[in-house]
Amino acid sequence: MEIMMSIATGVLFMVGTYLILSRSLLRIILGTSLITHGVHLLLLTMSRLKTGAAPLLGQEAAAYTDPLPQALILTSIVINFGVTSFFFVLAYRAYQELGTDNMEELRGGDDE
Amino acid sequence: MSLLHAVILLPFAFAVIVPLLHKYINKLHTGWFVLPVPVLLLTYFLQRISQVQDGRVIEESIPWIPSLNIHFTAYLDGLSLLFSLLITGIGSLVVLYSIYYMSKDKEAIHRFYVYLLIFMGAMLGVVLSDNLIVLYGFWELTSLSSFLLIAFWYQRERSRYGALKSMLITVFGGFAMLAGFILLYIMSGSFSVREIIAELGTVTEHSLFIPAMLLVLLGAFTKSAQFPFHIWLPDAMEAPTPVSAYLHSATMVKAGIYLVARLSPIFAGDATWFWLVSGFGLVTLMWGSYSAVKQTDLKAILAFSTISQLGLIMSLLGLGSAAVYFGYGEQSAIYTGAITAAIFHLINHATFKGALFMVAGIVDHETGTRDIRKLGGLMSLMPITFTLALIGTFSMAGLPPFNGFLSKEMFFTAVLKASQLDIFNVQSVGVLIPVVAWLASILTFVYSMIIVFKTFTGKYQPEKLEKKPHEAPLGMLLPPAVLASLVIVFGLFPNLLAYSIIEPAMVSILPSLADEFIVKISFWHGWSTELFMTIGVVGIGVLLYLTLQRWQKVYNVLPGKLSFNRLYDRALSTLENSSLRMTNSYMTGSIRHYMIYIFAFFIAVLGYLLFKLDVFNWRNAELAELSIYEVVLTAVLVAATLAVPFAQKRLTAIILVGAVGYMIVLFFVILSAPDLALTQMIVETVSVTLFLLCFYHLPKLRKEITSIPFKLTNAIISVGVGVIVTAIALAVTNNRLFDSISKYYLEESYNSAGGNNVVNVILVDFRGFDTLLEIMVLGIASLGIYSMIKLRHTDEPLDKRHGRTKTDKGGKA
Repeated sequence: MEIMMSIATGVLFMVGTYLILSRSLLRIILGTSLITHGVHLLLLTMSRLKTGAAPLLGQEAAAYTDPLPQALILTSIVINFGVTSFFFVLAYRAYQELGTDNMEELRGGDDE
Repeated sequence: MSLLHAVILLPFAFAVIVPLLHKYINKLHTGWFVLPVPVLLLTYFLQRISQVQDGRVIEESIPWIPSLNIHFTAYLDGLSLLFSLLITGIGSLVVLYSIYYMSKDKEAIHRFYVYLLIFMGAMLGVVLSDNLIVLYGFWELTSLSSFLLIAFWYQRERSRYGALKSMLITVFGGFAMLAGFILLYIMSGSFSVREIIAELGTVTEHSLFIPAMLLVLLGAFTKSAQFPFHIWLPDAMEAPTPVSAYLHSATMVKAGIYLVARLSPIFAGDATWFWLVSGFGLVTLMWGSYSAVKQTDLKAILAFSTISQLGLIMSLLGLGSAAVYFGYGEQSAIYTGAITAAIFHLINHATFKGALFMVAGIVDHETGTRDIRKLGGLMSLMPITFTLALIGTFSMAGLPPFNGFLSKEMFFTAVLKASQLDIFNVQSVGVLIPVVAWLASILTFVYSMIIVFKTFTGKYQPEKLEKKPHEAPLGMLLPPAVLASLVIVFGLFPNLLAYSIIEPAMVSILPSLADEFIVKISFWHGWSTELFMTIGVVGIGVLLYLTLQRWQKVYNVLPGKLSFNRLYDRALSTLENSSLRMTNSYMTGSIRHYMIYIFAFFIAVLGYLLFKLDVFNWRNAELAELSIYEVVLTAVLVAATLAVPFAQKRLTAIILVGAVGYMIVLFFVILSAPDLALTQMIVETVSVTLFLLCFYHLPKLRKEITSIPFKLTNAIISVGVGVIVTAIALAVTNNRLFDSISKYYLEESYNSAGGNNVVNVILVDFRGFDTLLEIMVLGIASLGIYSMIKLRHTDEPLDKRHGRTKTDKGGKA
């Protein structure tokens, strides 16, 4: 199970990286989303999969899964959502102002 | 705070009030207020002569940074006293001269005097500091004030060029010197010169001894304009003449000499030191005097002459260091004579060179040019100036009865003795030393004659001059007159100096031989080899001067291509261009390139580490068993992910990424993380909605028409990243080091916090701070989005945007 999850994570990272290296702004944003998913899977995988019930004490199970990584992932999901929305609106505004989403045409000015 | 510290800090304190004086008392030239400062200091140092002569040194210390062993220690012995007298004496004369030279209405003289006072204080600090770090601080302060003074007329491009050049070269040397000082500290455990000398045994045996020596010498050679670092000095002649007279003849360029003399007790007696100091000195002497003959500008001749005379002093210090090797006895007494000659010539050079610079300034001031091709026949118009020039140049050429003659004789004695040395492998090239010295002296004679006779005799050419020349005002003539009379006095009564100043200075340079020598400078040695050498110099010099026109063509051939200035300029432009090219080659401005660097670095470093650490020997890690659900989910996830790059339409790509997100939701469900599943589902839905909302406004996903290498690079990099991440995940799975701390949360969630949902309890009770800041992140993101959409910085003026009508014309509707 962990091996398969690691491979899935690797694939998410691979495709995410490929998209980030492309020229279109939209593809880059999609790439960051994929990498984020990869990170969340990785966090979950690292915390021993399937060791028990969900961490709800009312169930009175013999064992529970680890709640700490879940809390971390929850935080990460929310933060990532904020950042992605911001990026997205930024891309939208950049396209409105500059009329292109090609990164090669969006190279910095002379004031670097 | 002792008197000696007050002496060092007085010029700095006075520099602060100079601008105020200039502002509120503009009737009187500001220089008159500055003049008492060096005069006061000079009287103080003159009173100390008898004290130092008796061997009583003054030492005062203020702790500055005690934890780093840095104390502001002022130390006055023979060597410091000699330099302090030079600085304050010539400083007084230069200030007096500048009162008449600098016009108070046309020049920003308050700035001039502020810089000059800073320089004076810094120079006193250099020669009176015992602590090497404090010495270095003052040393850089002299570089800085020299930079400001050279570029005093900052509107001129040549001034700025010269200032920058001197700054770069001297600061380069200064840094090297600092490194040398730190090495000395490492060897001896102290920054104090005298404590290092006390630790001499450990220092000379240390492996860092030679590196420290080389670095310190680099500092001394750059400051004292030794070959090949001499190139800044001729360009520094763009400064006002008082500055050239003061900084570039008498004081700052002697700072390197001072350093060599001050550290002689540490390094002298070593073969490397002997060869470096005397070798560079002799080469500088030769090159400077050779280059001086071809100059046509009075100040340029004087600059190269300064370079060559500094080389002479430096070589004498080097030759004299042999004395330490011999220790007590007959042998060493011969070489201590070289040190005597060095100190004596240092004093002499300061006197006649200061006078000559002032004379050049007078000529410039009264005729409007310094070009010797335009000058001539000024003797009858400016008799006093001519007399002063004659005294100065004849002393420089080494003719009796002036003081230059005596030091030249002593110099010849020293080089003749050095050629008979039987240590340091001198025998092979020993005979070259006197030959080089003799040839350089001939050239010195020639340019000295050029200065005085091309300017003051020959044909008077009034049509080439801007002004009608006449004798300078008395105040301008007074300072060079004082110096010229000193030239004569030291020439006739050299022993005035011998016992009072030269001997204590010798004791400082050669402390190990302190009771060996009795300095006696006599005028007449009898018919010795040195005298015949001098007669030869005069004879051949006169001959060369008279045939100057015929052999000056040599100069068009020899130093033309081999100019160090060109080398410096080319090196500087090459440095700039190559760094620009380098930066442009990797800072392309393309995000993709930077991402490639980052990912490539990531792959390389982590790949190497994984390869080295051997993390894959499979221990029996407890793996969860696989079920059909997970296989199907993973298959769908991987398929959707892999399809994203191939999507032709925006919509497809967005839907595919959304699908991946929902697969993750299902994973959370299967792996018993209900809160995560809920959150992820909502977020994914909102994200996709947002994407689809904006999607109407976004451009169509063009099929990326790119070259195969472009795609190939991306593919290689991304496969690399994927493999590394997978490898890390597997490696971590294999190497679990200890159990999770979550047992505590599961036990205490209900007892301590009263909640059954452990994830939620962690989020708001155990680790509530994360949540607080995560809420802030969301808030900031939403505010950012709002302001991005709302705020439009267009060309419209503000009032129009707020719905007001514009009244002025020219605005766009």
